[in-house]
Amino acid sequence: MKLEDLKKIREKAEKDMHLRDGKARIKVIVGMGTSGIAAGARETLKVFLNEIEKRDLSDIIVSQSGERGLSSHEPIVTIQEEGKPDIVYGNVTAENARKIISEHIVNGNPVSEFVLEVKE
Amino acid sequence: MSIYRAHILLPIDEGTIQSGVFEIKRELEEKIEEQNLNKEIKILETGTIGVIGKGVIIVIYPDNVTYYNVNKTNLDNIIQEHIIKGRIAKRVEHSTEKYISGKKGYQNVGLTREQQRIVLDKCWKIDPESIDEALAAGGYRGVEKIFSESISPESVIKEIKNSGLRGRGGAGFPTGLKWSFTRAAKGEGKFIICNADEGEPGTFKDRLIMEGDPHKLVEAMIIGGYAVGAIKGYVYIRGEYELSIKRIQKAIDQALEYNLLGKNILETDFSFDLEIKKGAGAYVCGEETALIDSIEGKRGYPRIKPPYPANKGLWQKPTCVNNVETLANIPEIIYKGSNWFKKFGTEKSTGTKVFTILGHVEYPGLIEVEMGTPLREIIFSYGGGIKGGKRFKAALVGGSAGVFLPEGLLDVNMDFESLMESKAVLGSGAILVMNEDTDMVDMLFSILKFFAHESCGQCSPCRIGTHQLLNLVYGIRRGEGQEKHIDQMVKIAETMFDMSLCPLGQSLIMPVKSAVENFRQDFLNKIQNKSN
Ligand SMILES: Cc1cc2nc3c(=O)[nH]c(=O)nc-3n(C[C@H](O)[C@H](O)[C@H](O)COP(=O)(O)O)c2cc1C
Ligand code: SF4
Ligand code: FES
Ligand code: FES
Repeated sequence: MKLEDLKKIREKAEKDMHLRDGKARIKVIVGMGTSGIAAGARETLKVFLNEIEKRDLSDIIVSQSGERGLSSHEPIVTIQEEGKPDIVYGNVTAENARKIISEHIVNGNPVSEFVLEVKE
Repeated sequence: MSIYRAHILLPIDEGTIQSGVFEIKRELEEKIEEQNLNKEIKILETGTIGVIGKGVIIVIYPDNVTYYNVNKTNLDNIIQEHIIKGRIAKRVEHSTEKYISGKKGYQNVGLTREQQRIVLDKCWKIDPESIDEALAAGGYRGVEKIFSESISPESVIKEIKNSGLRGRGGAGFPTGLKWSFTRAAKGEGKFIICNADEGEPGTFKDRLIMEGDPHKLVEAMIIGGYAVGAIKGYVYIRGEYELSIKRIQKAIDQALEYNLLGKNILETDFSFDLEIKKGAGAYVCGEETALIDSIEGKRGYPRIKPPYPANKGLWQKPTCVNNVETLANIPEIIYKGSNWFKKFGTEKSTGTKVFTILGHVEYPGLIEVEMGTPLREIIFSYGGGIKGGKRFKAALVGGSAGVFLPEGLLDVNMDFESLMESKAVLGSGAILVMNEDTDMVDMLFSILKFFAHESCGQCSPCRIGTHQLLNLVYGIRRGEGQEKHIDQMVKIAETMFDMSLCPLGQSLIMPVKSAVENFRQDFLNKIQNKSN
């Protein structure tokens, strides 16, 4: 592979991300570091995937990331929505995840009791 | 959902509790509700700000105004004037002094407060198992720049030297200089090693980088390997870090697929391989020469220096060993330039530092802030102060072999030089906070137990000294000590400092001396109790 190819792959990856994000109304990022997994992030991720499938929410993508150092608040989930600030939720257990899906993702009302941070 | 316009902080400690801070809090909540401001104003409890005898205290951010002796009557005034009209309620006793100073003003308190992130910038934004996401988020731009602008290894080293980057693994050695030694050393088949042993109890900064942004480390190793002239790199990861091992391995495989590793990288003349080695978990194996032994398949014993690894390292070849966090700075320095990097931190300690906040704080966790951030700010703003409204007693700064700092030294800035002035060290960046109920004899005991266990036993000052120290503090703890034992401990630690072969034995002087000097009374209490 040449340098030119790397540049092309990067451009394509950027476009793909945009396209994917553009098609999606909402991106859900579940923190999947050691602390997150220990606190049950796998279950949380499953709930998001299952509920989204069950409710047939085709405009939502679910992704994973590392962790950010807030281990006492894991599992941590970030909800990104075009034109809105990112909402970072803490202590997103499977149960809280269901609440976030029905309140925030479906009805558009962030669940303030779990909000850790709001990022412009 | 809107961003909070202001935060009202209520420091909770013994004094404010006695003065009725919780009643004021209820009152405040009602009033905010009445004024329909609960979407704009957030009320938060925090730890003590260290002010005593001033009744209930409230601090309003981002304006940084502290009001004292708040009661139900003047609370109204504060709300009317400050919260609604946006000016200071002059009739109420107040201060605009920043108890917790900040360079950038406040967005938030606690660990979610704004942080300057360089090494952890992408950690929770990208899928760590996808090289395409890493690329889209700017990964491998450093490598791309080097090859598209044909930057020579010497120029890469020059850029790193100019950035002022110093090692984050403990000793703080200038990274550019270390690279230049390895590059200049005679011998073919050089190596670069990433030290991801992270043996310091409670610390997990390197793990976060590897789990969250493994491609950043792979990119840094490619750049480092190119700069020092290495043919191969190793990432030495402690065995328990299973997820780190898995993600770094995946990143290596993906980079190989894209020809960012392997033969003739991106069709240039540069070939470089990367391999993971698993550590078995001995603390001493984090020491660079013991780590080299361990990679060679031997039991990890620190070697006598010189010769330094730069001249005779892995399999006697010139070798460069760098910490994960150190390396994680490299791609951005190369891509954005050393002058960009130097904008952060202090003159001699450039960039950021990741700190692990542990112990009796409201929000234990991990932050990345600029070098030179005051310790007080890290503990009271990011860490949220002391848990449960207790008083601060001490902070163990720099890891197990760090220094116990008393309240009087809370204003020290966390950078290499300022800490040196206070006879302290940055070490691994671990900050263990202790509240007023902590007994320093117990603390020192547990540290010495750790070191007696972890001494590799190769040299007698450390092997014997760690056990002598442990026995002495054990005796004091059981009420069988004498005052002269305190001074004996310092003498032993001093001898170990002079005579031990590696920094494990040499550095015990720091916790021992700082504990008995700054908290002598704790030791005397245990000693005198014996006669009661
Ligand atoms: C007992 C002992 C344990 C150490 N453990 C680590 C460790 O876990 N990680 C690390 O990066 N450096 C550790 N070091 C420091 C390394 O010897 C070495 O200085 C460092 O990896 C160099 O990297 P830097 O220049 O990037 O800081 C340890 C040193 C000693 C004496
Ligand atoms: S100082 Fe301690 S850890 Fe270091 S070589 Fe000597 S015995 Fe081993
Ligand atoms: S843990 Fe390093 S050689 Fe055993
Ligand atoms: S190796 Fe035996 S005393 Fe140093």
